[in-house]
Formats: sequence, structure tokens, C-alpha cells
Amino acid sequence: MTGEDEVEIPEVTAVSGTGIPIRGNDIDTDQVIPARFMKVVTFDGLGEFAFFDQRFDDEDNPKDHPMNEDRFQDASIMVVNNNFGCGSSREHAPQALMRWGIDALVGEGFAEIFAGNCLALGVPTVTADYEIINDLQQWVEDNPDGEVEIDVDAETVSYGGQEVGVTVNEGQRKALVDGIWDTTALMKSNQNAIEETAAGLPYVESAE
Amino acid sequence: MSRNTLYDKVWEKHKVTTLPNGQDQLFVGLHLIHEVTSPQAFGMLRERDIDVARPDLTLATVDHIVPTADQSRPYSDDAAEEMMAELEENVRDAGIDFLDPTTGDQGIVHVVGPEQGLTQPGKTIVCGDSHTSTHGAFGALAFGIGTSQIRDVLATQTIAMDKQKVRKIQVDGRLQEGVEAKDIILEIIRRLGTEGGVGYVYEYAGEAIENLGMEGRMSICNMSIEGGARAGYVNPDETTFEWLEETDYFQENPVEFDRLKPYWQSIRSDGDAEYDDVVTIDAGDLEPVVTWGTTPGQGVGITDPIPTPEDLPEDKQDTARRAQGHMRVEPGDTMEGYGIDVAFLGSCTNARLPDLRRAASIVEGREVHDDVRAMVVPGSQRVQQAAKEEGLKDVFEKAGFDWRNAGCSMCLGMNEDQLEGDEACASSSNRNFVGRQGSKDGRTVLMNPQMVAAAAITGEVTDVRELEAVVNV
Repeated sequence: MTGEDEVEIPEVTAVSGTGIPIRGNDIDTDQVIPARFMKVVTFDGLGEFAFFDQRFDDEDNPKDHPMNEDRFQDASIMVVNNNFGCGSSREHAPQALMRWGIDALVGEGFAEIFAGNCLALGVPTVTADYEIINDLQQWVEDNPDGEVEIDVDAETVSYGGQEVGVTVNEGQRKALVDGIWDTTALMKSNQNAIEETAAGLPYVESAE
Repeated sequence: MSRNTLYDKVWEKHKVTTLPNGQDQLFVGLHLIHEVTSPQAFGMLRERDIDVARPDLTLATVDHIVPTADQSRPYSDDAAEEMMAELEENVRDAGIDFLDPTTGDQGIVHVVGPEQGLTQPGKTIVCGDSHTSTHGAFGALAFGIGTSQIRDVLATQTIAMDKQKVRKIQVDGRLQEGVEAKDIILEIIRRLGTEGGVGYVYEYAGEAIENLGMEGRMSICNMSIEGGARAGYVNPDETTFEWLEETDYFQENPVEFDRLKPYWQSIRSDGDAEYDDVVTIDAGDLEPVVTWGTTPGQGVGITDPIPTPEDLPEDKQDTARRAQGHMRVEPGDTMEGYGIDVAFLGSCTNARLPDLRRAASIVEGREVHDDVRAMVVPGSQRVQQAAKEEGLKDVFEKAGFDWRNAGCSMCLGMNEDQLEGDEACASSSNRNFVGRQGSKDGRTVLMNPQMVAAAAITGEVTDVRELEAVVNV
């Protein structure tokens, strides 16, 4: 037997930390990590290239961007708007954010592949409507050192003495809370059922 | 909840079990891999000491970083060479077939899968690339995945998925001259929004879809993801079966074709299928659509005015203002006459033989504008060869186009084919995101291949119907 059973998958029931607002709808993964930084065979070191073209000009001088501000350097919760992470399926995008320091995202909405990629890394993507997100972005702006806590199981976000309801996709919530978001070993353990399913498909020949 | 659609049927046939998190575990019939998103997955397998479960159901090609000019090894770009070498080693160790450039079968992953006859109705197909939705044109259930999911598929030949809703998009009417599949999908995204398809699979149906060849259907399914839908499909019909029968695979295995055809027919959506949503679009009065902004949903008919941000839904206004600033366009103007510096004919959306034929019919007898850098990047080596044999290469070169080797090229600027500075590009590709084509100040205008050809000739965005020698799609 192989070593996959040794992979430990932490339960992600809650994430807390300070926040960083990234405003705008339709922020695509080409913005999160431009393609030229994907010419690599590992994900190591991608953090410094997150949102690179929004953060630096042609001469690599920093531009106005929350990720360049001292007050947000320790942030671990990114607060975004709608359709965040649209476009390319590149896992390099959530990998870059995670390696920059982001442990969870709160937003109006996420592109499906992006949210799936985050889940595969144990990074929650929780959603709420525009008013709640806008208030939270403003609060984070005003309170860069303020603690934001996401309770994934209870589907709430707490900050500044208040608690607001958010939505966590049911599959995502269970996967995170029960520590089954890394699905390799889980699925591999269903070997007999996999073979049965394959045998029922007219186009699949049995494995050699 | 949808019922008796192709999606429901294919899902059920491939469902292994329901996982404890509520997601379904699905068997994967074909796993396509390439050099950008797979190396980390192979690395994770090595860390966990797991072998590739079904190399026989996995196929590799190289497309994103491959140079389209000088392809001699080692590649002049060290990073590209490292990625290619890593892929070669991974597929060799795992025993996976690799369509590398020495085979004559290399190309963009979403062009070669169908070409090889491996993209078939009723299959589940995944790839670490969002445009995997392309393969839905054959009635396959096909979607893009991330690298951790590639690890799952390599390790188990299965994937964990939430079942989505199904929206039927009924496209009625007959397309006018100069109007193509690309215009249909740009119009769909314009109407339903770039996030309108999140949580949905799109079923494309209706007269306008049925009248399309397989390449047109691929162009449409390809851009499902630009509308937020992770997958899109067309029910397989005689057009599909004829196309498949012509592939080398089924020419060599005619018995297999006859054996599989009943399965392919059985997974079509039933007449009484139920959908979560139905949208109807009349394509009969559609004109060529071009984008004015920086999302594929920011499109407009070639003779229609660019919208005023304040006239758009509130949640689209800010994006529209920023996009118009980046593109330097004014509300009320049309895109006609917008100056371009580069013309790019290529990508998994529009670089198949019929795409090049239509573009060549516009180019023939004309010359590329002096101020335009124009290039053709065939979708695969097979397309390149076929185009050469029927004289298209000569037509393009004579007009002043640069004729390249197959790859993703300037669709995403991962090789040396990139926009420079604030160049504007008439592009047959799928994404006009800021920075997409290699320069953060670059400006991309998406359009169909005939329109790209017309823009290359005139040096500005041009209504191809105003030129002579337009062919019907």
C-alpha cells in the first residue's frame, strides 16, 4: 500500500485574522497571477507575484494597491466583490494568494473553478450580499488591525462587536469542518466502486 | 432540478458514489494534461507515493509555452524548456501517451482531443484548463479543473463534484453572412453576464446550433466558461457522428464506431427533459459582435453604440467605466474604426481548419495593413498541415501574415508571442482581460476570425460584411 494515508488534513472550522479589501467585480485570475509567472514547475514563491500588475508599474515601482500598504501586510482574510476569480482554472491564483498570507476569502460571489481550487487548499470562500460585503470592506479599511472571524460551521462573520450571517456552500462547509477537503485518499479508498462504474461504461476498457 | 437531460444521464452513468461531504465522486473517461498545470500534481503524487491510476485514459500535449516560431530544442526560453522537460519525464515515468511536436499531432489540447477521435459523446472529460468546456460540443460532459484536482484524477481517475443546474439556451434563426458561432456565444455572454452561468451547465440547442458544424459548436462550448458556466454541451446528432467517423481513430476501428453509436444516441436529452432554466435567443438578426471592454461580456454589435456605463445594471457600471478607460473608447461610438496594431488568428476558440478557411477567404487578394503585425497560429499540427495542403498558408503569407506553428500563443502570452506596450489586438481568442495577451497595457478586441482578417487588412475594427467575398458559415 502507498503512503497517502499519512497526509494529515486539518479541520477548518473557523478562520480569524485581520482583513484586506480588494474592490471590484469580475477580478479574473489573469489579474490575480499573470500568466508569465506560471512558467514554473512548483507553486513555491508565487506569493510575491499575487496581483503583480496591479501592484507594480513597468519599472517595478509600487502602485496604489491595498497589498502594497503596510497596514495590510499581515492580513489573512481577503474581502472581495462579485465573480472573483473568473477566467482561467489556474490553481496558481489561490496558491499565490495563500502564499501571500490569505487563509480565507469573503465576497459577493466566486467563480466556480476558483472556489473549487480554494477548497482543495482548505481555503474557505464564503459569500454574502453587496451591503454586507461593502460594510465589511469599509470596516476593514478603517480598522486594518481589527480582528475578523469567520465561523465556517455556523456561517457567520464577526467583526467590531457585531456578527453577520454569510453563506458557505454545503459541500464546502462539510468538507472543511470535517477535514475532508483533500479528497485523494478518500476517493482512492472507493477502488471497488470505481472499477464497477468503469465496467459499466461502454467506452472504457478494463485497466491493464 | 433538471431531469433526463444529457447532463443528468452522463452524470448518473459516471457516478461512483456520494462522498461524506455530499459531493459526488465521478469517474473520468478522459484526462487531458499539459505542461502548465500538471507538474505540481505529479509532484504531489510523488510526495504521497501514489502511481497514476489510468495512464491509458490520460493524454498529454504541450501547448501553452511552446514557441510558435523556432521550436528547436532546447527552447531558447529556459523556463519553457524546463516545463517541457518536466512533462516529458512525467509522462515517460507514468506511461502516458504524449503528442509532442515530433509526432505531427501536437496542438492546443482542446483541438487535439477531438482530432484524435478521443472526444466522444457521453464521456466525462477533464483537463487543468478552463476551456475544457470545448469538448461539450460532442455531447461530452467536460470541464476545467485545478491542479489539486488533477492530482485526484491522476491518483484515482475520479473527481469530486457538486452537481450543477442545467440551463437550456435555445438559439433560433439562421445566421446572416459574416456572422458566426463566435458571435452567438459573445451575444449569449453579453446577455446573461460573465457570472450568469455560475452553478449552471449550459445546453445549447435550437436551429442555429444544429446548423453549425462541429468546429462552430466547439467555439460556442469553448466560451461557456466566459459566461461563468463550467461546462456547456450540444446534444450529439448526425453532424457529430459524421465528424467522429472521419477521425483516424474510428477509420481504424469501424466496429467500435458501430458499437458505441447507440450509447451516444442514448445520452441525448429526452424530448420531455426538464431544465432548471430556459433562455431563448434569436440569432437571425445577430450581426458580428466585438468587445469594447475587458471582459468577454462587454460585447456589442459592430454597428451598435458602446453602452454608457450609467445605462448598465448597477453592478456592471464600475467595471464598465474602468474598462472604457483602459480601452480608450467612448460611450455612444461604435467599435468600427477602432485602430489596431496586431491581428491574432489562433486559440482553442477559433484556430481550426474552417476558421482559417473563412479568414483566408477574406484575406485572399488583399494585403495586411502597413501598420499591422498579423499572425496565424494554427490550433494543431494537423490543422497546420491541412491548411498548407489546401493553399491557405500561401494565401496568408502572400497577404503579409506571419504563419506560425501550433500552440496557445498570443491568447495568453506565455511564450514570446505577446502584445507590447499599449498595442491593440484584433483577436479570435476568448479573453480580453487586462494583461491577458502579455502586456498589462495591451488592448484586446475579441471577434470572429473573418472580422480579424478584415481588421488586419484595414488596420482598424471593420464590419466584414462591408468587404466583398464573404462566405457563409
